[in-house]
Amino acid sequence: MTTPALAIETSGLTKRFGDMAAVDGIDLAVPVGSVFGFLGPNGSGKTTTIRVLLGLINASEGSWQVLGRSMPDAARDVLPDVGALIEGPAFYPWLTGRQNLVRFDAAGPDAQRSTRRQRIDDALARVGLTAVANKKVRAYSFGMRQRLGLAMALLRPRQLLILDEPTNGMDPQGTREIRNLTKELAAEGATVFLSSHLLSEVEQICSHVAVMSLGKLLAQGTIAELQAAGGTKLRVETDDAALAAQILERLGLAELTVDGTTVLARLDGHRPEDCNRELVMAGVGVRSLSAIHPTLEDTFVALTGEGFDVAR
Amino acid sequence: MLLAELATLFRRLRVKVLLGVLAAIPAALALAVYLSGGPSSGRGPTFLDQVSHNGMFAALAGLTVAIPFFLPLVVAVVSGDAIAGEANLGTLRYLLTRPSGRTRLLATKAATVAVFCLAATVAVALGGLIAGVILFPIGKVVTLSGTTISLLEGIARTFAAAGIVAASLLGLASIGLFVSTLTDAPVGAMAATAGFAVLSAVLDNVPQTRAIHPWLFTHHWLAFGDLLRSPVRWTDIVADLRLQLGYIAVFATMAWARFSTKDVLA
Repeated sequence: MTTPALAIETSGLTKRFGDMAAVDGIDLAVPVGSVFGFLGPNGSGKTTTIRVLLGLINASEGSWQVLGRSMPDAARDVLPDVGALIEGPAFYPWLTGRQNLVRFDAAGPDAQRSTRRQRIDDALARVGLTAVANKKVRAYSFGMRQRLGLAMALLRPRQLLILDEPTNGMDPQGTREIRNLTKELAAEGATVFLSSHLLSEVEQICSHVAVMSLGKLLAQGTIAELQAAGGTKLRVETDDAALAAQILERLGLAELTVDGTTVLARLDGHRPEDCNRELVMAGVGVRSLSAIHPTLEDTFVALTGEGFDVAR
Repeated sequence: MLLAELATLFRRLRVKVLLGVLAAIPAALALAVYLSGGPSSGRGPTFLDQVSHNGMFAALAGLTVAIPFFLPLVVAVVSGDAIAGEANLGTLRYLLTRPSGRTRLLATKAATVAVFCLAATVAVALGGLIAGVILFPIGKVVTLSGTTISLLEGIARTFAAAGIVAASLLGLASIGLFVSTLTDAPVGAMAATAGFAVLSAVLDNVPQTRAIHPWLFTHHWLAFGDLLRSPVRWTDIVADLRLQLGYIAVFATMAWARFSTKDVLA
């Protein structure tokens, strides 16, 4: 089997509930080996997309492949290589953490009994739950359940991890550990598909991002690509802001704003050094000139809008 | 997978309590007979008048008392919870992405519910037998036909009766399994399933609906008593099992049709 270039690929994927398209014709491309941040406001269709990807709900239209295999037909062969955390952890509260892992491991088509004990011990150790492995899940805090959910995703070596809000409800140490764990897994060669709305977190660990809103995929690519699309700005500190603004406008820079001695403008593909030369040649005293890349948050808000209200 | 499923079920406090209560029913019955010095012959549920002569009959009296109400209720609780309970906990999404396979999961659930039906009736039989042995003399067994069989054979027939009762409950269990695939609320599925049992029992007691009586899954529920005749009368038992098979075929197919295409949103 040749290694596919994309760990997840969807084309025209649509899921309608009644009249409403929760996921509206998205073409997602998640490169193998990437740490892929899947962003979007609440209700934008992230979780629905994940559920379709994993075969939990049927797509209304479109097709999708996971690890190069057509889904949902290949679910039985593909899903053992996929670890997932979907919309929070779920366990049997009357069983211990270890018993829960045994139960889920045994439920698969590939239950390897002989290695189960070792795999469970390793997974529990990896998420720091060894000490409470034999306590009933009823007594676990939410953060501990989240960790146990991750342990479940790590019960086998996985090629793809689909993590839906993995740091939800975790303390700062837990969040940090999850971040390190994600990096580790990626370093080991797994593709990590991470849905989140914690932008700073995504910015820290992801190589790629996609942004969803109202069921549509607004943008996807490497973080650098997305930020470039969000519009790099030129910031000039000068003794003659009015003249500087005039010159920049003549050069074709848009969205000029002047504030005291500072001029801001969208660069839109112009080179900062060219701008600088023009300014100096026109006799403007340039104190400093810099290109400002937008943060992921700026890009995200630019794409999905400022509104706080749930969009639908 | 079946073992893990059974372990998950029987480790649950609720299930342990249900089985305990089922075992306590014939024990309580035997105790009542013991304290009151025995009911007058020919009154009360079948087999009850025999308990004071032979403690073994406490098991059969227990089954007779438990089958109209307690057993269906308990089976409704467990079968109604089968899929809806997993959906409610959220564990269903993790089982399916493991992947356990929808058909395979449903088959495992069906087998587990069947094992539970047997565990439930055996609990009643065991509870009755133990209480009967403690409270009353035991010995050779006088059958309903008046002949005598050995105690060992009597006990064997008692457990065979428990098996027949368990099989009689499978029709209801398959209805429960189907209802369980319709909802994410286990309580609703349990109540609906218990409702079907009540409805069937009520219709079975209304003379105007006599035409459909042979098709009601509760109709032959007391047929297990025929095992205590000599020779055993099989007609009703066979009719019962055939009917249960019919219910299983219909509702298991419906459960499969529903569950294999369902959007799992829980």
